[in-house]
Amino acid sequence: MSALATSGTVAAGGYNFAYLDEQTKRMIRRAILKAIAIPGYQVPFASREMPMPYGWGTGGVQVTAAILGASDRLKVIDQGADDTTNAVSIRKFFEKTSGVETTTRTANATIIQTRHRIPEAALTGDQVLVYQVPIPEPLRFLEPRETETRVMHALEDYGLMHVKLYEDIATHGHIATTYAYPVKVEDRYVMDPSPTPKFDNPKMNDCAALQLFGAGREKRIYALPPHTKVVSLDFDDHPFEPTKFDHACALCAATHTYLDEVITDDAGGRMFVCSDTDHCEERRAEGHRGALLGEAPAAIAGAAE
Amino acid sequence: MSNAMDAPLLTAETVTKFYGSRIGCRDVGFELFPGEVLAVVGESGSGKSTLLKLLSGQLEPSDGRVLYRMRDGVTRDILTLSEAERRFLFRTDWGFVHQHAEQGLRMGVSAGANVGERLMAVGWRHYRKIRTEAETWLERVEIDAGRIDERPTAYSGGMRQRLQIARNLVTAPRLVFMDEPTGGLDVSVQARLLDLVRGLVADLGLAAIVVTHDLAVARLLSHRILVMKDGRAIETGLTDQVLDDPREPYTQLLVSSILQP
Repeated sequence: MSALATSGTVAAGGYNFAYLDEQTKRMIRRAILKAIAIPGYQVPFASREMPMPYGWGTGGVQVTAAILGASDRLKVIDQGADDTTNAVSIRKFFEKTSGVETTTRTANATIIQTRHRIPEAALTGDQVLVYQVPIPEPLRFLEPRETETRVMHALEDYGLMHVKLYEDIATHGHIATTYAYPVKVEDRYVMDPSPTPKFDNPKMNDCAALQLFGAGREKRIYALPPHTKVVSLDFDDHPFEPTKFDHACALCAATHTYLDEVITDDAGGRMFVCSDTDHCEERRAEGHRGALLGEAPAAIAGAAE
Repeated sequence: MSNAMDAPLLTAETVTKFYGSRIGCRDVGFELFPGEVLAVVGESGSGKSTLLKLLSGQLEPSDGRVLYRMRDGVTRDILTLSEAERRFLFRTDWGFVHQHAEQGLRMGVSAGANVGERLMAVGWRHYRKIRTEAETWLERVEIDAGRIDERPTAYSGGMRQRLQIARNLVTAPRLVFMDEPTGGLDVSVQARLLDLVRGLVADLGLAAIVVTHDLAVARLLSHRILVMKDGRAIETGLTDQVLDDPREPYTQLLVSSILQP
C-alpha cells in the first residue's frame, strides 16, 4: 500500500489526493474505460461511501476524483449555477482534498462536474463533463426488475420506452417529459441523460467533450465519448422538441438559453434569468443588458460595469 | 391446400418434465396445424399448465422436444432459439393469454398503451397509427373505444380479459396459448368471452392451444382435445367424438361429472 500511496500527493488535512485511495481510483478508472468503450452502457462499479449523503452527487464526485490531476481546473455547477449549496460544497471538497485550482468560468475549466445542466457555452475536446446521476436506468419506472432491464438492454428490447412516451401523449396531448428525457446512443443503447432538462439533449449529440455519468447509490458509471451520436426518442408524428421560452433573460437579455423562473415578491412578481450563471455574467460583461438589470442589487448589476 | 398448410405449425415429441422425482408431464406428443384449436383438459395437477409452459418455451423439458414452423417456413426446435429470437416470437407470432389478466397486462398504463406495446416493440413509431390500431382492436373485443385512455384497473374482470386478448392479437400472431382464459369469470361473461374468442379464432385463422378444466369451454372452442391425467395424455381425438363417446374410464368419469342443470 505504501508504494501505491506515493503515486498520490497527500493534500492538506492528511487526505490522499482527491480523497479516494489509489486502489479505488484505479477501479473507477477501469469502469470509466469500459463505459467509454461501450457508449451508453451502464457499467457496475464498487461505489464507495463518500463524506456526503446519497443524492448529493456521490457518483459524480467519485468519477471526478478518479480523473482529477494536479494540473486540472475544476468547475462545479448545480442546476447551472456555480453558487448554490451543492456546487459550493463539492468545489470546497476538492479544494480541500486535492488542492487543485477551481474556476467558475466554463472556458477555463478542464473538468466540469454538473448536476442537472449542461453549460450553455460549447464545450471543447480538452474538457470532461461529469454528471451526477440519481437513477441511471431509463427503464426503471416501467420495469422494476433489474434482471429484466439488463436483458432488455442486452437484446435491444426497447418497445417499453415508447410505451411511456405514448402514455404522455395520450394523457397530455404531447410528450410531457421535460427532463431525464430518454436518448438512444449510437443507435444501440437507450440511456437516461440524468435529470437534465430536455433543452440540453441536443447538446449531448456530437459533443466535443468527453461526458461521464456517475451514479453513486446505484453503483453505475456510463459515458459518451466525444462526438457520439445521441438521439432523443420520439414518434414520427410527435417529434422531439427542445423546451422553448417566451421570455428573454431579465439580466442579460439572452433568448437562446435555459431560463429559471424566480419569484421576486408575494404579489405575483417574477423574473426569468439564465440558469447558467457563468454564461449570464459573461454576457453582461460583454454589455448585454436585460430588462430588469437596472433594478438588480449592486452585486449583480455591478458585474456589468 | 398448399404444402405449407399441410405441414404442422407446432409439433410436440415425447415431451417430458420431471420436477425432481415427481412427474410434471410425460411422453406427450401431438401435432398442431395452422388454424386448429387444441384443448388440453384434465383435473388440477394433471400437468396441463406444465405442458403449456413447455410448449411455449418457458420451461425446459427433461426429455423430448417442441418444434415450431417459423414464418419463413423453417421448422425449428424452440429450445435452440436464442433468448432474442424467443422474445421476438413471443411479441410477434405468439400470444399468451393468462388466466389472471393482471399477469398479462401492464396495470400501470392505459388500455391503448397495453394494446400498442407490441406494435411499438416491433418498430411502430407513428403515434396516430398506433392509436388507431389500438382503437380498432378495442372495438373488435367489444370494449368502447372511448375508454382507451383508462387504465385496466378501471376495467371489470371480463373487460380485462378481453383487453388481454386484444393486446395479444394486435400483431396477428399465428399461435395463441391460453391458460384457463375463462377462469374466475361469471357464467354470462364467460359465454360472451367464448363467443368472442371463437369468432376471432375463425376470422383470423389462428391456431390455439387452450388449457382448461371446463369441458364446456373445450367443446365450444376446440377442434381437437387432449385429455391429461397424472402427467400423461390418456386420450386424444376430435372434440365431439371424445366428449360424446369417451373411451378411457377417466374421460368417461370427467364427462359424467358435468352438472346438468
